[in-house]
Amino acid sequence: MSSMVDTGEPTRLQRIWQSNMAYSFRRNPVAVVSLVIFLIIAVMSLLAPVIAPFDPYDPASIDIMNSEYPPAWVEGSEPEFILGTDDQGRDLWSTILYGTRLSLIIGLCAVGLQAFLGISIGLIAGYIGGRLDNILMRLADIQLSFSTLMVAIIFLAVTQAMFGSETFNQYAIFFLIAVIGVAEWPQYARTVRATVLAEKRKEYVDSARVLGFGAGRIMVRHILPNSLSPIFVISTVQVANAIISEASLSFLGLGMPPSQPSLGSLISSGFDYIFSGSWWITAIPGVVLVVLVLVINLLGDWMRDVLNPKLYKG
Amino acid sequence: MSLLSVRDLTVKFAMRDQTVTALDQISFDLGKGERLGIVGESGAGKSITGFSLMNLLSRPGFIDSGSIQFEGEEIAGLPDRKMRSIRGNRMAMIFQDPMVTLNPVLTIGQQMVETLQAHRRLSRADAEQIAIMKLREVYIPSPEERLAQYPHELSGGMRQRIIIAMALLLEPQLIIADEPTTALDVTIQADIMELLLELCTSNMVGLILITHDLGVVSQMTERTLVMYAGRIIEAGKTREIINDPQHPYTQGLINALPQQTLPGHRLKQIPGNMPGLAAIPTGCAFNPRCPYAVDHCRSTRPETVSYASVEVACHEVNRLHNTVLEDESA
Repeated sequence: MSSMVDTGEPTRLQRIWQSNMAYSFRRNPVAVVSLVIFLIIAVMSLLAPVIAPFDPYDPASIDIMNSEYPPAWVEGSEPEFILGTDDQGRDLWSTILYGTRLSLIIGLCAVGLQAFLGISIGLIAGYIGGRLDNILMRLADIQLSFSTLMVAIIFLAVTQAMFGSETFNQYAIFFLIAVIGVAEWPQYARTVRATVLAEKRKEYVDSARVLGFGAGRIMVRHILPNSLSPIFVISTVQVANAIISEASLSFLGLGMPPSQPSLGSLISSGFDYIFSGSWWITAIPGVVLVVLVLVINLLGDWMRDVLNPKLYKG
Repeated sequence: MSLLSVRDLTVKFAMRDQTVTALDQISFDLGKGERLGIVGESGAGKSITGFSLMNLLSRPGFIDSGSIQFEGEEIAGLPDRKMRSIRGNRMAMIFQDPMVTLNPVLTIGQQMVETLQAHRRLSRADAEQIAIMKLREVYIPSPEERLAQYPHELSGGMRQRIIIAMALLLEPQLIIADEPTTALDVTIQADIMELLLELCTSNMVGLILITHDLGVVSQMTERTLVMYAGRIIEAGKTREIINDPQHPYTQGLINALPQQTLPGHRLKQIPGNMPGLAAIPTGCAFNPRCPYAVDHCRSTRPETVSYASVEVACHEVNRLHNTVLEDESA
């Protein structure tokens, strides 16, 4: 019964559990289910080397003779391969685990890069204002007027041609992170700028200036922590977008190589076989991708509702 | 040597199609440990005076001409890097609303330690010791616990005390308090003012109190400036100005106090409004609202003259005084 004893001073964990946000989270079954599914996918994919029965990156463990076995519940399957095998004889279950891991890593790193660029630019534009603000925001407008995919396709096609397929395939993950990261920074920059414009009129900023703090310190330590809620919301949505962008690029053959497939390249490689009856190579990774993106978006929706002060009913 | 000496300070705002004058040739002095009140209606330029002293005018405002000497050093137009070592350190400012002046996402301790460390080489533990000491000086109960609290966990009066403690952290020579109690309860107002007075006198800190509350000014300050439309129209010892105001505007302000009216009667307000900065009347800026205005007032701007132990900018101060005397003798 020790949990029933009130210890007086709540621990940090208890405080988080009792906060408004945690309360609204517990009351929202969609958010709870989304988070649970997301965590399952994330943990399993991160533990891929431990969980997966085969190593899809190891050519020695792949036998071309095993190719195109259907999933276990379909007739003609091999019990060894639960979700069947792909066209090269790789175990689909292992490949999906590894592929999801790649997709998640690319998504998160790309959003990290976007956030870094966008937040820095947004803070500077919003805080300093004037001509610099104008220049930076017009740059953002120009960037936004090109679609992400178009920029990415041009960039990746050029780099592929420049470095050759071999080198490109080796560093594809970095190219993808860079191009998705750079292409979407204006989303952050605009949101952060708008928040900073509102925050910098507040008196705590005046009082920080009066206390003799420099512009950099005021931006990073005073304004940024007060602008975090929109950043959180946009980050979840952007992770989902980045995963989709990566999948699209890989599907178009400009992303991860078939030897190290992400979800997108897996879907793409299976697409050639969909009419010959091997639907599972495309369909199963497709379902994983859709579920992953859906739960991230649902979490983002919930977060937007909670953090939006206009919708807050105290 | 005076602590602060302001000469002919002119502040302008560059608007889209014209430049308006927000402060027009303001001059005043402040001795070490002296307490000065600045009073006037909203828009008279009181807060702008405070901000220009701190060199914190934000665009489109700028110091057009004039000098501000602080401890013998010219600070008008000083580059921001140098000004930063003065702000908070030798000159501090207290704002109106304690609810929004503290950063909501940092604890009291973090904010105080950060302020100290920005100006002094101090370890965290030493800075916290100083913070606790200062919190004790402003009568905050159990200051050690307050350091870990966020602003929203404290009451308004408590927060304003903490803001005062933060202003005093680096032992400044001058505190500019911009309506420090307007947002507080009346009972707490008196406490805070008393505290401010006590701290200023015991530490020999100069105080510029910006307010529209003449009662507060008469309790707190030794000298008073009355501002109207960006100019100082009357300056002198607080006692003289409250008891025997010379400028018709100051008279109007004092007559408008509720205490000056019998219960059940209408308050004696000054007719009309403060003119906008873009449309300051020629001559004396107060002439459209002044009951004593004559042609001369509408055409020529009054110079500041010494009259009855105060400095006053009014053409008709002689005549006015005589009329009042006549009224009284009649």
